Formats: sequence, structure tokens, C-alpha cells
Amino acid sequence: MSAAPPNPVFEKTDRHRRDAADGDDVRTVKTDAADSAAPGPWARLAGNPRAMLLIAAVLVAIVSAALTGSGAWPADLTVDVRSPLDDLNRWLVDNRTTHPLFLYFLLHISNSAESSVDGVFSVLESLGFIGVTVAAVLIAWYAGGAGLRRRALRTAATALATFAVIGLLGMWEPAMETLALMIVAVAVAALVGALLGLAAGLSDRCQRVLRPVFDTMQVLPAFSYLLPFVLLFDIGIPSVFVATVIYAAPPMARLTALGLRGADAAALEASASLGASSWQRLVTARLPLARKQMLLGLNQTIMMCLSMVVLASMIGAGGLGDEIFTALSTVDVGLALPAGIAVVLLAIWLDRTTAAAGEQLEDPAAGHRPKWWVLWPGIVAAVAGGAVFGAVIGRKEWPEAWTVAISEPVNTVVDWIERELGSGVPVLGGTLTWSEGFANYVINPVRDALLATPWWALLLVAGVLALRTGWKAVVTVVLSLAAIGAMGLWDRSLDTLSQVLAALVVTLLLGFGVGILAARVERVERVIRPVLDIMQTMPQFIYLIPVIALFSGGRTAAVAAAVVYALPAVVRITTQGIRQIDPSALEAARSLGAGTGQQLRQVQLPLARPALQLAVNQGVVLVLAIVVIGGMIGGGALGVDVVRGLAKGDLGLGMTAGIAIVCLGLLLDRISQPSAAAKERALS
Amino acid sequence: MTHSKRIRTTLVAGVGALGMLALSACAAETESKSASDEITLTVPSWVGARANAEVAKVIMEQELDVKVELQQLDEPVAFDALNNGKADAILEDWGGSPKKEKLYVEDKKTIVKGGDLGVVGHIGWFVPKYYADANPEVTDAKNLNKFAKDFKSANSGDQGEFLGAAPSYTTYDEHLVKNLKLDLKIKETGNEAAQIKEIQQKYRDKQPFITYWWDPQWLNADIDLVEVKLPAYEEGCNVPETATDCAYANTPLQKYLNADFAKDGGDAAEFIKNFKWSTEAQNEVAKAIAKDKKSGPDAAEAWVKANKSTWEAWLPKK
Repeated sequence: MSAAPPNPVFEKTDRHRRDAADGDDVRTVKTDAADSAAPGPWARLAGNPRAMLLIAAVLVAIVSAALTGSGAWPADLTVDVRSPLDDLNRWLVDNRTTHPLFLYFLLHISNSAESSVDGVFSVLESLGFIGVTVAAVLIAWYAGGAGLRRRALRTAATALATFAVIGLLGMWEPAMETLALMIVAVAVAALVGALLGLAAGLSDRCQRVLRPVFDTMQVLPAFSYLLPFVLLFDIGIPSVFVATVIYAAPPMARLTALGLRGADAAALEASASLGASSWQRLVTARLPLARKQMLLGLNQTIMMCLSMVVLASMIGAGGLGDEIFTALSTVDVGLALPAGIAVVLLAIWLDRTTAAAGEQLEDPAAGHRPKWWVLWPGIVAAVAGGAVFGAVIGRKEWPEAWTVAISEPVNTVVDWIERELGSGVPVLGGTLTWSEGFANYVINPVRDALLATPWWALLLVAGVLALRTGWKAVVTVVLSLAAIGAMGLWDRSLDTLSQVLAALVVTLLLGFGVGILAARVERVERVIRPVLDIMQTMPQFIYLIPVIALFSGGRTAAVAAAVVYALPAVVRITTQGIRQIDPSALEAARSLGAGTGQQLRQVQLPLARPALQLAVNQGVVLVLAIVVIGGMIGGGALGVDVVRGLAKGDLGLGMTAGIAIVCLGLLLDRISQPSAAAKERALS
Repeated sequence: MTHSKRIRTTLVAGVGALGMLALSACAAETESKSASDEITLTVPSWVGARANAEVAKVIMEQELDVKVELQQLDEPVAFDALNNGKADAILEDWGGSPKKEKLYVEDKKTIVKGGDLGVVGHIGWFVPKYYADANPEVTDAKNLNKFAKDFKSANSGDQGEFLGAAPSYTTYDEHLVKNLKLDLKIKETGNEAAQIKEIQQKYRDKQPFITYWWDPQWLNADIDLVEVKLPAYEEGCNVPETATDCAYANTPLQKYLNADFAKDGGDAAEFIKNFKWSTEAQNEVAKAIAKDKKSGPDAAEAWVKANKSTWEAWLPKK
């Protein structure tokens, strides 16, 4: 029997047998397939000093927590940072209109930002809805390669659908406000990013200085740095603009540098041997070779701009974000949805257009595009024609009769869900009951445990956890935690941390589950992929609204929003990681008779470990971003301090909380970071 | 060679776009907008205040031909926006940022008072009537500690949970709890809607709760809350804030205008100074927005249609 070729029946019984017996043969499969030595678990542990150290640290933490029962940061180790910040705040408010720093520097930034956004908006307005739609469609068509090929027509159709639906939903004007701000912010962010990327790509010293800055920027929740800009630039477009540029420039810079550094040595050599000067080499060889990465960077920059522009409605960005913000203050899903759809459509349009431009670069048949001096005047003429046509027939604004009100039916559905699923569902209990249960049995125990652990034990555990990533990480982690304590935000930060951990556990359980399923079953992946695409483009804000309706305000609601937000990235990375495994390893395991579960446990998961670790890392960063925004829906802790600081213009309160969030971000990122090599592999 | 050509194409396109930007930017700078044909009103996050703004917008756009922009800004930052001219008027202020008010109105004189809105605001602590009926003693703050355990939640540990105000609202609750030595923990509800949702859910299930609450508030027409008596308000009992141990004062809600707008704003400024309505009227519009989920403009239009006699008095005399 055992010699028979594997057939389904055999495989099934075989799996059961193996599952039941914790066995040597299982390990054999692993050894063969994963090609790594595997001694017994205890021996392996003993051979790994870091793991022993971690266990020791955790034991110390548990014992000390049990003995002391309270681990508050000692009061005499805190530093008063709020009073100097409050003084600074007062100085800023008093001097904002008179001090030379503002008059000769910041005010210029502020005015140019404001006037260029206004300018773009008035251009869009004067083009009218017909002109704007024509322009969007033609640009998409051009990016797709022009002509009548499928890609060009498809991107053009996406653009047309986007603008038509935005108009139909009655979101035309706010969408144009958002678009105007986007155009200016993206242009500047891409320019700044490209310049920084050039510096980092061409000079090793710049690279050494800039790299850690970009790394840190990536883990900062956008929310935490709105406040300083509000104080410098006041509420309104300039603050939004500066915050957005700073938020969105790093990916462009990072990918530009990557592209410049990754250029094919042979091509450069060839160019040098032809006698090109270094400037010529940059312009004719290195930059063109880096184009693909730069476009990818532009794509990411655009997406980040969009998400920031929506979030920044809190500091007066206006546009679609404002609609969503208003909806949040009345928990009006019906009002939020059209604006949310509009944002998602804009994101899809921008994403597809830049992606098409990227594919176009790859496409060898791309040369057939008509000459630019035919094409561009043609496009400009068509747009002008559209604008004039609109003006002639007197339709510049989207006609009101052409809008469809979806908010009422949506609200009816939401009301029903809230009423029926809130509580009293037989057996299951209902969402409100779950919410309470989750707070009681998951978040509270985590928080209590964290609060009960002495501060020095937490520092110890965090430090040991970071050891895996390197000594620098240990220093960063310990300093971050100490900074939190020194600012007197120990308890509040641990409250936030407990929510992050609770959300992370749920995200990973769901994300790995769905990710594995999608990696193994083609059909599942096909179904969820578009869903993930859309979920990833949704701005952070939108998730807050439905969760209040379902879970009532509070920490569970914040956690739920965070899970929903972080899930797509985790699922995607997991799926990719598992898919990318060398098929021969899997084949080998299969030929040895490993069942589905075994293949997964013994081959796929171990080999996909770098990807899974990256998923954890991404998950942590995304979860933190939302948990702090959750302060707006009752999540409390650091998030609500930032909101209060923003709302009351209180720098002392908002800024310290913001710094604490940044510290938490650094801490979580460094602890969960995969090694550099693993990161590169998983991203490629 | 195609590379360089494409780069040139991109460059030309980029320069063209930038040029357009620059041109339009200049164009935008040269045309100064006259304050009276386009104005911006700040809208804080509570629904009552949105009702003011939506109604003002509808009337001004219909009758005065003034385009009105509504910008969602919280109470304290609205003062900053008025100060620098990014917004022209606040229609409802609860006196929650006395420092900014002093700075801009008295010291810098960039903001001027616009008179009463006609609505008197009252903030206090409230419990639901069904609970107060069963436990009459709860309505005095002195006895609150006896009932604190009834308000316990997953969030508050051994203490009672107090549903707190949204971050931007005027509140001394934190100091009150401390100074009156109450066994309560404040839940930071995050925004008004979240607080309302929670109150509605608790009310429906007849659970006990205690909350920061205020009038005018449209929800008061739907639910019956009883005020908890705090030590009586006396002039100066909330100065400094941290020493507050008394009830909130009644606040006649105020309007504020940007100083330049007040002077040169013409009909629009005149209208805003005249705008004055009752608590009932505000609640009617607010309820249409928040409970019936009508859009702001729809709710305002319905009210405007039905109450011509009220708002005709606000229009500037010709």
C-alpha cells in the first residue's frame, strides 16, 4: 500500500495518520523540502541564544508584573515638555503675522501654495465639466499609448467612467477642489522627491543621511504631524499642502534613488566608453534606465497625496475630505458614501493612468505613438473645444438634474443593519455584544498586563525583541519607550499600544487565513483581488464611519477600523509570499506524500517566512495609523489627545501625543522589521 | 534615440503644464474677490451649528445673491480662520476658547462681535429619566459616588463611566470629577455623533448612563434626560479652569465676524448681524439633518420655505 502512487484517498488517510502522530517522518519532509537541518525543538532553542534571552526577558517581565502589580513610569523621571511647547505655541500665535521668519519665508510658501491651488481650481472651473472630462480621458488615453490599442482605450474608458460617476453622485465640485489640491501637491511632491532621490542615488553620503529619514517617515502616522503645520501655516490650504508634500515625497525619492543605483553597469560602461560626460551619462543613460522605478514612485506618491488630502480635511483642506469629515460628525453613512466612492474612483483613475504609462515604457511596440507635436496640440485643442462647447451651451457646472441621490437608500440599509445586528441576534449575540466582549476579554487584559509590567521590564523585553534586527534597532526601541515615559505619557501610550496589539492579532489571524486560502485556491484570489484593490485605495477616514454604526463608539470600533484598513496589505503580501515559493520544493514535498496541511505547515509557511514577517511589519504600521485616528470615534488614549490638540490649537497636548505616537511607531516597526535582505526579496 | 525623444516630450508637456499653472496663478492673484459676493462661514462639528449655517447659506444665496462657502472647522480653530481672513463669520460660539477670544477680539481687534444668535446654550450632566425615576437621589452630584458602580463599563474598570464631550467642546468635566472627588472615569467619545449613538443605544436598552450633555440639541426631542445638580455656578468659580467645582454657566450663543468683513461686507455682513432665531427653530432644522438624514441644503430649504416671516426681518433694509 505504501508503495502505491499517491491518490486522493491515500493522501487523505495519510494526512490523518500524520496529523495524529507527531512524527519524525513529518520532519523528514521538511528536511528534504526546506533543505535545512532541524534538530529537536529544545535543542534548537538552546542553540539560539536570542530566543533564550527573549524567554528570560519575558519571564522577568511576568514575574515582576505579578510581584509589583503596577509598572507606572516613575514621576521623578519625567520631564516637563508641555510648558515649553505651550510657550512656543503662544509665541507662534502672537508673532505669526509680524516676525520676519513668517514674513519673508513661511508666508511666501503659504501664499504660493494658496494661489497655485486657487489657480488650478479656477482653470478646472473654467474648463467646465466637459472640458475636464475630455482632458482626463485624453491624458489617460495618451498614457495608455494613444492610438486604438486596447490599453489606451481601457485607461481612457476608466477616466470617462470615473468622471461621469463623480458627476452623477453630485460630487463634482468637491472632487474638483480635491483634484486642484492634488495636482499642485503631486507636482511639488514629485519634484522634491525626485531631487532628493537624485541626491541619494548619486551620492553615497546623501544616501547614508537620507535613508534613515525616509525609513522613519514611512512609519509615521500621517495624523501625528498635522498639528505643527497648523501652527506654522495656520489652518487651511498651506498647512495641508506642506503636510501632504512631506508625507508623499519619500516614496518618489526612495524609488528614484533605487532606480539610479540599480542601473545596469554594462549600459553605463558603454555610455562612458563612448566618451559621455557624467552629466550626459546621467541624462542619457541613468535617468532613462531609472524611469520605471520613478514611475512606480510617482504612482505611490499620488496615492499618498490622495489619502493625505482627504485626512487633512481636519485642518481645512476642503473638497471630498470635507464631505467625509462632515459625515463622520453625524455618522451619516449615506452622506459619506458618495464622497468615498468619488475618492476611490479618483484613485483608480490616477493609478491606472500611471500604471499604463509604466507598462507603455515596457512595451516594445510603443514607438507607434503619433508624433508629440501632432498629439499635444490635438489634445489641447480637444480640451479647449470641450470647454468652449460647455460654455456655449451654458453647462459649465455639472447639471443638478443629472445627479442620483443614493444617500437615502444607503441610510435605510444601514439603519436596518444597525437595528437588526446590534444586539439580540440568537446565539451570535450581535455586534454590540461582541464589541463589549472584545473590549472585556481581549483589549482589557492586554492593557492591564502592559500596565502591570514594571517599566524597566517592558524596556528590557522591547530591547531583546529588537535584538534580531540589530543593535541600532535596540537603541532606537529603548530610547523611544523611554521618551514616552519621560514625557509622562506612559499610561496613555500603553493604552494605545494595547489597542494596536489587539488589532494586530485579529488582522494577522484573518490576513494569514485569507492570504493562504487565496494563495492555494485560484478562484478565491480572483474574487478578492478587486476587493483588495478598492479597499487599499479607500482613505483612512472612511472606515471610521460604518464601524461606529456597528460597534458603537469606543476602542473596539477603533480596532475594527484598523483591522479593515490593514487587512488588504497583509492578505496581499501573504498571498504573494506563498505564491513565490520555489515550486520544486513544493513538488518535492508532494512527491513524498505530504498532505495539504503538511505542505502548508512544513514547506510553504517556513519558506514564505520573510514575506510573512513583512506582512506583520506592514500590518503593524497600518494598524497604528488607524488606531490613533480612532481617537475620533472613542478610541481615547493618544489619538484623542492629538484630535484635542488640533481642535483646540493646543501644541503642548497635541504635540507630545504626536511624538509619543511616532515613538510607538518606531518601536513597533523596529521590533517587527524583517532583516534587510528579506525585505528586498519580498518586495521584488 | 527614442529615449531622448520621449524625455523631450515629457519635458515639453511638463513645462507647458507648469506654465499654465503659473499663468493661472497670476490670474488668480490679480482678481481680488469682493467680500460681499462670496463669503465663508465656519461650521463646527455639532449639528445645531450646522443648521444655522445651512439656513444662512440658503437665504443669502436666494435673496442676496451671495455665494456662501461652508467650511467645517472646530470652534477654537474657527477663531484663527476668522483672524486671518480665511473665513468671514462664526454663527455660533459657546465661549469655549476665552484665550483666543481675548487675543483676537480685544488685543488684535481682527475679529468683532456679531451679537446674540438668539439661542441660549446650557451645558450640564444628565442621566436618563427612567434611571432618575428609579433612583431619585442620583440627581444630586453629592450622591453620585453611591451610583457610580451602575455606570461601570468595559472601559472604566471599577469606576463609573461618564460619557465625555467631543474633543473640541467646552468642558471642565475632568476637573469637576477631580475637584468633587467623584468615582467616575471619563470616556473620551471622540465626536458628537459617537456620543449620540452611544446614548441612543443605551437609551433603547434602558441602561443607566451619565453624560455630558447640552441644550439646544435636537435629540432632546426624542429622549428624556434629567439634569444632575452640580454645585451652583458663581462668577469666577471656573477660574482657573483646573479649580472648577461648579456647574456650567448658561451661555447666550454668540456670533463673530472678521473685522474687515464686518466693515466692508455690505449686505452679507448686515444679514449675519441680523441673523437671530430660536432654539426651537434651530432644533427643527438640526433634527431634519441628523435624525431624518436630510442633506443640509434640503433641510434648510424646507425651513426657509415655511418660515418666511421669521427670516424676512434679517434681510438688510433696502
